[in-house]
Amino acid sequence: MEHLQFEFKGSGNRTGCQQTTLVGVVSSGNLEVMLEHSELLGLCRINVSTSAKGFAEIWQAVLSDFAARYDLSNLQISINDAGATPAVVCLRLGQALDDYLEASS
Amino acid sequence: MNIETLLNELFPMGHSVKNTENILSGSGMTTKGDIAVMGTTDHLAIGVETALALAAVTLKVLQNNPGQPILLLVDTQGQRLSLQNELLGINGYLAHLAKCLELARQRGHQLICLVYGEAVSGGFLSFGMMADEIHTLPDAKVRVMNLPAMARITKLPLEQLEELSLNSPCFAPGVENFIKLGGIDTVWQQPLSEQLLEVIGTKHDGDQRRHNGFVRQGRNFAFPVAQRVKGG
Amino acid sequence: MSDLSGIQRGHSYYEADARQRISHLLDPGSFQEILGPAERLTSPHLEPLGQPCSFNDGIIIGSGSLNGLKVLVASQEGGFMGGAVGEVHGAKLTGLLERAQDERPSAVLLLLESGGVRLHEANAGLIAISEVIRALLATRFAGTPVLGLIGGAYGCFGGMGIVARCCDALIINEEGRLGLSGPDVIETTMGVEEFDSNDRALVWRTLGGKHRYLLGEVQCLVEDDINAFRSAVINAIPTVHPLSLESLQQEHLRLARRLADYGHCRDGAEIWSEMGINDPHKLPLMDIQSFMATVADKGQE
Repeated sequence: MEHLQFEFKGSGNRTGCQQTTLVGVVSSGNLEVMLEHSELLGLCRINVSTSAKGFAEIWQAVLSDFAARYDLSNLQISINDAGATPAVVCLRLGQALDDYLEASS
Repeated sequence: MNIETLLNELFPMGHSVKNTENILSGSGMTTKGDIAVMGTTDHLAIGVETALALAAVTLKVLQNNPGQPILLLVDTQGQRLSLQNELLGINGYLAHLAKCLELARQRGHQLICLVYGEAVSGGFLSFGMMADEIHTLPDAKVRVMNLPAMARITKLPLEQLEELSLNSPCFAPGVENFIKLGGIDTVWQQPLSEQLLEVIGTKHDGDQRRHNGFVRQGRNFAFPVAQRVKGG
Repeated sequence: MSDLSGIQRGHSYYEADARQRISHLLDPGSFQEILGPAERLTSPHLEPLGQPCSFNDGIIIGSGSLNGLKVLVASQEGGFMGGAVGEVHGAKLTGLLERAQDERPSAVLLLLESGGVRLHEANAGLIAISEVIRALLATRFAGTPVLGLIGGAYGCFGGMGIVARCCDALIINEEGRLGLSGPDVIETTMGVEEFDSNDRALVWRTLGGKHRYLLGEVQCLVEDDINAFRSAVINAIPTVHPLSLESLQQEHLRLARRLADYGHCRDGAEIWSEMGINDPHKLPLMDIQSFMATVADKGQE
């Protein structure tokens, strides 16, 4: 198992909601993504636990891209990954954020 | 230990336990009164007929000997593996046996299990593991599955499982592992009749296995997680 | 009491994940999760084996309402390690069943999808399932019905197949499978002549929802629609009977008769034929409505 941690600056000052959001299932080629509000002074922290070792750079690229496109301030994103492709990772991140924003509104 | 020797050692005052095609039934005399005896012999693979036979013995005890402690003598290689058994619903028959044993408990029968041979997986689960307390002889073998089969199914290297099992009681076969996890209470030493006499009449306040597993530090999470779910 | 059927129709139970099943089964918005993913109650035993964890450890539990009735519910996630039971997973389930003894809901609903004991934590899993069985039966004896729902891709096998048959009633769709040892395990151990696990039709004639319904292993066969499961559960709750010496003696006679009548059969179709069904091989192809009409007074022994 590999455990990775990333941090990104958010562009806003989201107050977020207290509703934790979870999407996905930890099955082969899939992942689960959990979003929680966290007082991080505007930052976004992303923790990844993955059984596919050696892909830290790819995670960096995918997550940076995601962080650049959306305001992720004060968000804790936690991921359990069982070897998902970058495409599936992006899909789940998008779904999770959609659900989180819907719950916030 | 063969079954005749075992029965004589457990019941020096005498017993009437019969062996009918690997199903034991009858009673044994002790200084604390007669106790009902049921069980299996010859590493029986428990299937639909034998599960039903064991349930029949249980129901008969409930009918004829209200409140009598019941000794479950376990020697099983697990459930029978066959298409026919699956077709007929073997899981339903095993569940029926478990329900009969739970009914016995609810009606005040103390259930004492002694594993004297093997105790494996589904055969153990629906029978011996329903008891209020579970003991074994020193050379008893208890397991879910042997390590090579586990390695095959999980696709994990056998060497890795063997190495991890040195420090973790969580998955490898063995009575000591099950004791650590709270799933087995004690190993009985001679004289067996004394061990049996000592436990007859013990009062049990619900299923203590999680608590025992926690105290013995074999299962650090089961007890606290269940407590939290219950709102405690 | 009105059935809140303003709920969306047409959600496949088979396709849904554990969370979606709960959300469409219960009254909208009524579900309150107990020990949700934010608690991070993951398995301590998987990391050394290089296996990723799940924040729920593969089971979602909580309370909610069903047609206005208070229920406790557990839903196993088949996608995570085949829904197999480990230490934490099992403790959540046992805790829920014991909580029912205090809270006295109208029912406990178990959405079962599991291969049984999680081999990565085999001993803990086996003991956990035993604790589930004891807690489930104690809850039934205390007067709370426990109902099982089966209908996902992974089926309900192993120790959970025994747990299933400890429930007051089982509701299954055609896709669901219920048994003890999986066909692949039997094939590996006893050979392909004993059980060809790749013969899907054979697998479903042996373990599938329709056969289990005819045999009397499950009480209710429904369309693969979460709303159909919902209706079946609502209708089942008032019909359950507590366990007693009499009820177990009756069940014993039923099971003995099943062996006497069908013990010689080697195939589900043979059993259905013995039940008086004329074209048994047509049954697997029928939709649920036609099936129920065809078998109307047969089977359900």
